[in-house]
Amino acid sequence: MFNASLKQLSIQLAEKKISSTELTTEFLQRIKQFNPEYNAFITVNEEISLAQAKVADKMLATGQAGPLTGIPIAQKDIFCARGWLTTCGSKMLSNFVSPYDAGVIERFNQAGAINIGKTNMDEFAMGSSNETSYFGIVKNPWDIAAVPGGSSGGAACAVAARLAPAATGTDTGGSIRQPAALCGISGIKPTYGLVSRYGMIAFASSLDQGGPMAKSAEDLALLLNVMIGFDPRDSTSLQRDAEDCAQDLQKPLAGLRIGLPKEYFAEGMSQDVASAIEKALVEYRRLGAQTIEVSLPNAPLSIPVYYVLAPAEASSNLSRFDGVRYGYRAPAYSDLADMYRKTRTQGFGAEVKRRILIGTYVLSHGYYDAYYIKAQKLRRLIAQDFTEAYKRCDIIMGPTTPTVAFNLGEKSGDPIQMYLSDIYTSAANLTGMPAMSIPIGFGDKNRPIGLHIMGNYFKEAQMLNIAHQYQLVTDWHLKSPV
Amino acid sequence: MQWEIVIGLEVHAQLSTQSKIFSGASTAYGAPPNTQACVIDLALPGVLPVLNKGAVERAIKFGLSVGAKINSPSIFARKNYFYPDLPKGYQISQFELPVVQGGNIQIQADGEEKNIRLTRAHLEEDAGKSLHEDFHGMSGIDLNRAGTPLLEIVSEPDIRSSAEAVVYAKTLHALVRWIGICDGNMQEGSFRCDANVSVRPHGTEKLGTRCEIKNLNSFRFLEKAIDYEARRQIEILEDGGTIRQETRLYDASKDETRTMRTKEDANDYRYFPDPDLLPLEISANWIDQVQSALPELPQARRDRYMSEFALSAYDTSVLTSSRETADYFESTIKQLPAQAKLCANWIMGEISGQLNKEGLEITACPITPSQLATLLERISDGTISGKAAKTVFESMWNGELEKNVDAIIAAKGLKQISDDSAIEKLVEQVLTANEQQVADYRNGKEKAFNSLVGQIMKATQGKANPAQVNTILKKKLEG
Repeated sequence: MFNASLKQLSIQLAEKKISSTELTTEFLQRIKQFNPEYNAFITVNEEISLAQAKVADKMLATGQAGPLTGIPIAQKDIFCARGWLTTCGSKMLSNFVSPYDAGVIERFNQAGAINIGKTNMDEFAMGSSNETSYFGIVKNPWDIAAVPGGSSGGAACAVAARLAPAATGTDTGGSIRQPAALCGISGIKPTYGLVSRYGMIAFASSLDQGGPMAKSAEDLALLLNVMIGFDPRDSTSLQRDAEDCAQDLQKPLAGLRIGLPKEYFAEGMSQDVASAIEKALVEYRRLGAQTIEVSLPNAPLSIPVYYVLAPAEASSNLSRFDGVRYGYRAPAYSDLADMYRKTRTQGFGAEVKRRILIGTYVLSHGYYDAYYIKAQKLRRLIAQDFTEAYKRCDIIMGPTTPTVAFNLGEKSGDPIQMYLSDIYTSAANLTGMPAMSIPIGFGDKNRPIGLHIMGNYFKEAQMLNIAHQYQLVTDWHLKSPV
Repeated sequence: MQWEIVIGLEVHAQLSTQSKIFSGASTAYGAPPNTQACVIDLALPGVLPVLNKGAVERAIKFGLSVGAKINSPSIFARKNYFYPDLPKGYQISQFELPVVQGGNIQIQADGEEKNIRLTRAHLEEDAGKSLHEDFHGMSGIDLNRAGTPLLEIVSEPDIRSSAEAVVYAKTLHALVRWIGICDGNMQEGSFRCDANVSVRPHGTEKLGTRCEIKNLNSFRFLEKAIDYEARRQIEILEDGGTIRQETRLYDASKDETRTMRTKEDANDYRYFPDPDLLPLEISANWIDQVQSALPELPQARRDRYMSEFALSAYDTSVLTSSRETADYFESTIKQLPAQAKLCANWIMGEISGQLNKEGLEITACPITPSQLATLLERISDGTISGKAAKTVFESMWNGELEKNVDAIIAAKGLKQISDDSAIEKLVEQVLTANEQQVADYRNGKEKAFNSLVGQIMKATQGKANPAQVNTILKKKLEG
């Protein structure tokens, strides 16, 4: 059952072969058993989860059920959920119980899904290894010496270790796709503006986007159908006609033009990743697609651009954590300035402080034009590169990460090396275009490898189709470490 | 040396929306602390701002009223600084591209028309309040005010005296109330002024170093603070010193300004466009709609009153000090079109005096324009004298006889004697009884005439038409 797809679980629930209460209880049991080893969850709240399951069972009994009713979903601890401790992986919010639901949480609640627990993450989503969490490191279930990736490391681990059928993540520079790749699961960052950011604790507002993480593209489609939707409480939320993300899953791929950016197939990609990508492309050609070389000349600037803009926004977004109204406050201080200083010194971890410093610097008087404005201009040029490329191809493919999962501790002392984990993923956040990762095999030390599928704005259904067709003829997505 | 004072004002006008600029919480004044602060005002993790359309509409109204350019797009920016009553650690404001650009305000200074240019007006949110009393050495924070919409109206340094500054502020105050975007309540902080003050030798061009004075919450304080500050700067310069650019606070109890912060310890606000809010696009269509719904503006009414009713610049500016006053005036003259000056005098005199005495707004005036017009009609048709009219006015104010002018005149016997033959008879009686004074007058003692008039008025208890009495008496004495 732990390997069942969402569709299979939904059928079993509908046919009363299992109740939501039973399903929820079994996953809670699994979390209890395995979480001490993986540390994928920060908070589990059996009482709330089981109460939700009871409601779901009623919905199932009275014929009000939807495709996700009764199914447990692990929620990244970045989403505010009423009555739940919502920490964002930080000591700063280690005592914060949210009085309100995020837009995404509301939508899952309305769909009758069960919140099975809040997953671990890099502090304030800043990190690529889940090592910056105040609540401890998360292990990669394929190899407990390896990082699970980040920042949605707990979510990726939970799905890979079958502690939850599916999970939510957020992606500011690759935080859904990179851990999905490193943990051998599927994950998608939708077009910016499709998933409400209301109640999703902001890291870099113009880059942050929530999305689902699951075993397969088909599961992702069901989850996206729940997560996508206009939210008037988010001014950047897009008002569009509802679209079924699963509508194109069965379309054949004959004639599909896959663009391969030469900049992404250059040095930096490890041999095992390169050969797995090549094998996946062979599979796609067999499915009727053709591959063509495209160029994204400015894409290699994504990391420097990203590491100006994301910290700039973060430095401002994190100012509200000041110890005045909620969250952590230093126990002793002499005056107001001292209270601020001690609270933020003690409440934030090193990586968060580093980014606040970078962000404060690039926004400060005299440096703003040289950094922030220049980065914004480059951001537009990078988007233009993709728009140009999509005139020649339907989809862009490449590696999600340059290597398989690295070892715990391997890069935590070297921020630049850590930042380069997002070398392929951050461009999609800068452009706002959708991008996803699916498992395509194993590399060094038998650790998973992900294929990065990038599409033009609003091409989610097509991307899921492309991923699904691959998953129909391969079984990488069915492999589990447990 | 002769010094010239140079002043620019920044006015924060609280916009009269029901809810806050970026949240749905109420803006009503005076609620118990923190009862009007929702999750967005509290800046809980994850919350986002959504712009209140009503605040934008009011900004457009203002822009159109002062002939400014409405920028589209305009950009909301974050002004970053830490303070306990600023929940997000930044204020959402506008920096590089404000919604209103330029514009002009005409003021009446020393009987002359003067133009004050506006730099800009931008939308922003207010902060909360820090309360330093009653908490045993700690501070309390009230976030009811956090997120209240403000329009910050910035003038060019076109003002040359504290008196001009007051006139400008009053004109602006009247305008924002006139167009209905701000209630103008200064006690509640709905209309607050900061003044940028500098001095320079008369006849020179280069601006002196300025100081910004904060927290001027009355016109009187505005005037006194500028006077104090200009004096302070002139004294420093005349002693050979230099002015330090700084922000100063006006202390009304000591009538002085003192340093709040210097340029050196000023914050670097690290402004940048707020990524949570899209650029504000204002369609031409929206601007047209607001334009067509605008009332006739004070300046237009002033011009019209001068040309249509031949009123003085002073009278028209008093009558247009508020839309309600102007409306009262217009309703009154509708009934009495030939007597504009009489109407103006009574509204500016009796009505406004009585309202002031009782602390009433003109909207609460117990005498309606039509009742006033009826009273003034009785003056102009000679039924009663101006003096008697004041007695009638008092009775009306007190609600006697259902404020019926004619009933009051009758009841009090105030009707003027305007019948020539009746007055002639009276005059003859008085002349017969006062032979000595008649003789004095005829011997050149002009004063005797007034004494005789007094006798006649006394005999009629003031009811004789004084103009007629004069004419007839003169005729009799000289005839």
